[in-house]
Amino acid sequence: MSGAETIVFEDVSKFYGEVLGVNRINLTIAPGITSLVGPNGSGKTTLMNLMTGLIQPTGGRISVTGISTGEPERLFRKVGYCGQFDSFPKGLTGYEFIYSYLLVHGETKKEAEAGTWKALERVDLVGAAHRKVEGYSKGMRQRARLAQSIAHEPEVMILDEPLNGLDPMARAETIRLFRELARDGLHLIISSHILHEVDQMSDRVVLINNGYIIAEGQVSGVRDEMEEHPIQYLIVCDRPSLLAARVFAEDSVVEARLTDDRGGLFVKTRNLDSFSLLLNRVVLEENLTIESVTPVDDDLNAVYHYLIGAGGGGQA
Amino acid sequence: MSSAVEAAAAGAERVRAPWRLWRRQAAAILRLEVKKNFWGKRAILMYLLAAFPVAIFFALTQFDKRAAADISQNWGEAKVIFANIFEGLVLRTVVFFGSAWIFMNLFRGEIVDKSLHYYFLAPLRREVLVAGKYLSGLVASGVLFGLSTAGSLFFLYMARGYRASIDDLVGGPGGGEVLAYLGITVMGCLGYGAFFLVIGLFFRNPIIPALVAWGWEWINFLLPPVLKKLSVIHYLHSLMPVPVYEGPFALVAEPTPVWIAAPGMLLTVAAVLVAAGYRIRRLEIRYGGD
Repeated sequence: MSGAETIVFEDVSKFYGEVLGVNRINLTIAPGITSLVGPNGSGKTTLMNLMTGLIQPTGGRISVTGISTGEPERLFRKVGYCGQFDSFPKGLTGYEFIYSYLLVHGETKKEAEAGTWKALERVDLVGAAHRKVEGYSKGMRQRARLAQSIAHEPEVMILDEPLNGLDPMARAETIRLFRELARDGLHLIISSHILHEVDQMSDRVVLINNGYIIAEGQVSGVRDEMEEHPIQYLIVCDRPSLLAARVFAEDSVVEARLTDDRGGLFVKTRNLDSFSLLLNRVVLEENLTIESVTPVDDDLNAVYHYLIGAGGGGQA
Repeated sequence: MSSAVEAAAAGAERVRAPWRLWRRQAAAILRLEVKKNFWGKRAILMYLLAAFPVAIFFALTQFDKRAAADISQNWGEAKVIFANIFEGLVLRTVVFFGSAWIFMNLFRGEIVDKSLHYYFLAPLRREVLVAGKYLSGLVASGVLFGLSTAGSLFFLYMARGYRASIDDLVGGPGGGEVLAYLGITVMGCLGYGAFFLVIGLFFRNPIIPALVAWGWEWINFLLPPVLKKLSVIHYLHSLMPVPVYEGPFALVAEPTPVWIAAPGMLLTVAAVLVAAGYRIRRLEIRYGGD
């Protein structure tokens, strides 16, 4: 993939005085939806602010679709940023907030007006367009920021905790909007602490902790790479005790434990391929009836906990 | 024409005619900032400052009959007194502190309010942002302090009487003097404005540098001629239509001719704005750190 199509971090570090923001980041983000996940203070917002040139790296180089982040006049023609800054220029209505922003872009009044209504419509804020932003609820302010970031129809959208403050309906709508934008070919880089939502909408995930990238790739791919952490399956079958006895003898199986109702078996394995062959063999030899085989910890939450530790809880 | 073609044409136009784009962007910033400068909460102090000299001249000429009579009878002396009050109160205090308040808050105020990112997230040359904000400060300070000067002169001329005032303004030197006072007020806003814009960008707490500058401007009459030139008040003093006596301890320096003082001030302002542009290119949005 060419540099013009991706976001590239080359050996990027950022220090705030003596405090580490991020360190030696080498990262290429491809089109689609990429999520940044990590605990508070891990460096997610620093990465996002670096991508948008709001802060400058202490070392290294960053380019977004081939443009250096030191050139805001070119960068923000292609990039929209919905940050966590919950403050707005004073006295503006939702409409004026977007309209003025588009005028500052250099659009004509006619273009700005059309763009403003389109953006407000996309985030379902048309009804409150002429109310002062100061009077908006947290969720409405979040949507106003979202509208601002998409109003100039960017190629790359960077969204810092974009689902914060949204009610469940608005969350679902917003996730749908992100998917729509990604289908249109936009890069979306999202940080969120709602892990199952990140899991649902991301093509790729970047896990970050203490300023370092600790894993990146597709959620399932990242999971597969963690060989030191066995994958756990729940197998519901007619004779789970027999299955437990057979699989436990295999090297690839780390643990086999009956469920509380003794109707199923939890199996942890380090080698998915050999375990699949084993399971097929046992089924054929013992004539077992398998009702279901379900991966128990193949989601982002499990990846996150394995890599970062339980200290992060469910929050990033 | 399809929207893709229109977008491509707009992009090409931006490359060909950046000045047109910059002008539009500066106008958009100006529109937003002027509104904020005139109607924001921070404007209250500015209105009070601007009203102060007008209130003094109003009180002096409307309530003190003897003072009003003195003005009318000793018009020449009244003009000298006005020139002294203008330089001491309007220029050194109202314009100085008013400009400090307006121009330092152009960026520092937005950092405090955590709203500067609004501009930083737009495809905007940071120098255009400096220019747009500076112009908005100039409009606000020029209009308010210009009105303050005009209001003070209005009450001075009221004490003189209608017929004599018209004679002085139209037939005498009064018209030129009024224009000179208004011009000096705007020049003060230009000079102090550029200085305080930069102070607001370079210093997290600009109060101390502002007070140091105020002291420097006040002791200007004591400074040797070379140092006198490193101030705004020296040039404004040179432009005064009625000479102002600086006291027995003043070190007298040759006044800078108008044809040097005015363009010199403009060049200095340009240089200071370039420094502001350089600084703002490197400014990071880290509200927590501020």
